[in-house]
Amino acid sequence: MNILVCISHVPDTTSKINFKDNQTVFDTTGVQYILNPNDEFGLTRAIWFKEKQGAHVHVIHVGTSEADPTLRKCLAIGADKAFRIDTRAVDGTSVAGELATFVKNNPYDLIIAGRESIDYNGAMVPGMLAALLDIPFVPNCVGLEVNGNQAIAEREIDGGREKLKGNLPMVIGGQKGLVEESDLRIPNMRGIMQARQKPFELVPAQQITAATNDITFEKPLPKQDVKLVPAEDLDQLIELLHKEANVI
Amino acid sequence: MSVFVIAESENKTLKRNAGEVSSYAVALASKLGVNCTAISFNADNADVLGQFGVTQAINIKNAPLHFDANYYASAIVKHVQSLNATHIVLGSSADAKFLAPILAAKLGAAYVPNVVALPTNYDPLTVKHTAFTNKAFAFTQLNSECNIIGVGNNAYGNIESPVACSVENVEISNLVSNLEQVSIEKISGKATIADADVVVSGGRGLKGPENWHLVENLAEVLGAATACSKPVSDMGWRSHDEHVGQTGKPVSTNLYIAIGISGAIQHLAGVNASKIKVVINNDPEAPFFKAADYGVVGDAFEVVPVLTEKLKAFKAQR
Repeated sequence: MNILVCISHVPDTTSKINFKDNQTVFDTTGVQYILNPNDEFGLTRAIWFKEKQGAHVHVIHVGTSEADPTLRKCLAIGADKAFRIDTRAVDGTSVAGELATFVKNNPYDLIIAGRESIDYNGAMVPGMLAALLDIPFVPNCVGLEVNGNQAIAEREIDGGREKLKGNLPMVIGGQKGLVEESDLRIPNMRGIMQARQKPFELVPAQQITAATNDITFEKPLPKQDVKLVPAEDLDQLIELLHKEANVI
Repeated sequence: MSVFVIAESENKTLKRNAGEVSSYAVALASKLGVNCTAISFNADNADVLGQFGVTQAINIKNAPLHFDANYYASAIVKHVQSLNATHIVLGSSADAKFLAPILAAKLGAAYVPNVVALPTNYDPLTVKHTAFTNKAFAFTQLNSECNIIGVGNNAYGNIESPVACSVENVEISNLVSNLEQVSIEKISGKATIADADVVVSGGRGLKGPENWHLVENLAEVLGAATACSKPVSDMGWRSHDEHVGQTGKPVSTNLYIAIGISGAIQHLAGVNASKIKVVINNDPEAPFFKAADYGVVGDAFEVVPVLTEKLKAFKAQR
């Protein structure tokens, strides 16, 4: 089985989010980038398939060389080969388009992406990719088993779970649950050394036109201080929620 | 040119968020001076959309009874093309977010999810939406001939403007599905995190799963969904589908009540989009107080039962 894991490179959760150039560009000053947490759950599941079922695991990113350390980390964790489609990613449509062209030329049995990136939260790329390739897609995936040519994937729905069955190739939008947090791997020295020898290929971009573009950004208004209500006077809380906040 | 709105249903009845997306679509159509048509699947009460100003609806009456993204997308594509729809409005439920990217790729449409208001500009179409896990807003331009807007939960609200809605029940054939449903587990008779106006959430401060009746009783009085913090789901006190936060579910309710949750940045990222946040915690230094609108510093085991009783009395009066 050949698995392709799509990787996003995102600001760490604790990053201060600021914008520059008249609020038009995300200010990366002092921002630490990490492997998108949802992708990491997917990658770890892919490596499980490698270890238990002899799968080959490739990782791919659409973007600039800024993400190379993140791709190296994926190799150090256990992926066999990395690809980077060399372009500046603009939106979900253009990224999915680039990936679809790549997969049409290099078929895989299973394509795992994260449920969403933690920066733009669009949850767009995996579904678009599946539709462009005309293959099944399961988002918010919390369980995945592969048996021959068939996969059973479980997705989280509002208020529960749904188990779906389909033929490979399939696209998965992975998240926590696909593996547990305790299963995530920290690259060890041996892995890091091996990663240097593993193939890393640059792929020229198709320069697919984006369908959307960000014009400006805005930060939420600073919050007013919390109104503290004494624990002995909960009537006051109910009054505030009813009359002031208008939510009950 | 016309606006097309996707009204979700479940068990043959429209879901609550159908009102919100319809209200948004009707307002959008009126700004653009064009018609608005709704589409639903297996909804016996599609005419209810008239309450929110929708004058015509198409109801596909022979669709699979469970949501099937590929099938639904194919059915929608057919109608989008025959109606020459230029703007498609849908919601932010798990199903809507499953459907929208597939639909966008099939139509070659631009798509922006998590939109919080009517467009800030109509030519070119520009919308405001949340980004960076609710730590910022982005203003994004949609540049295709057909543009899809995903309205964030509780971002716009239900706007009533009753009209008569004529429903055309249609049957559709020759559509295939590429996934088969093996099983579904769903809590019934209880509000879900995605669909609730109010969410009551518990953290490690509750000390153990045996104390969850505090959360559940308060939630019941408010008609709220229950949720939990990450450590609570990690320790198996509650199932992962209740976990809200960055790696769990996002919450954008009108009222979010956090009991015994300290407010780690990953948790706040997931709940920031909620309008009013109430924090009950015995630690006055808990970071969540900085992000809250109202706070009670006190022991949850004392405060919550009293609050529950008082709210019950308050609700009974009204």
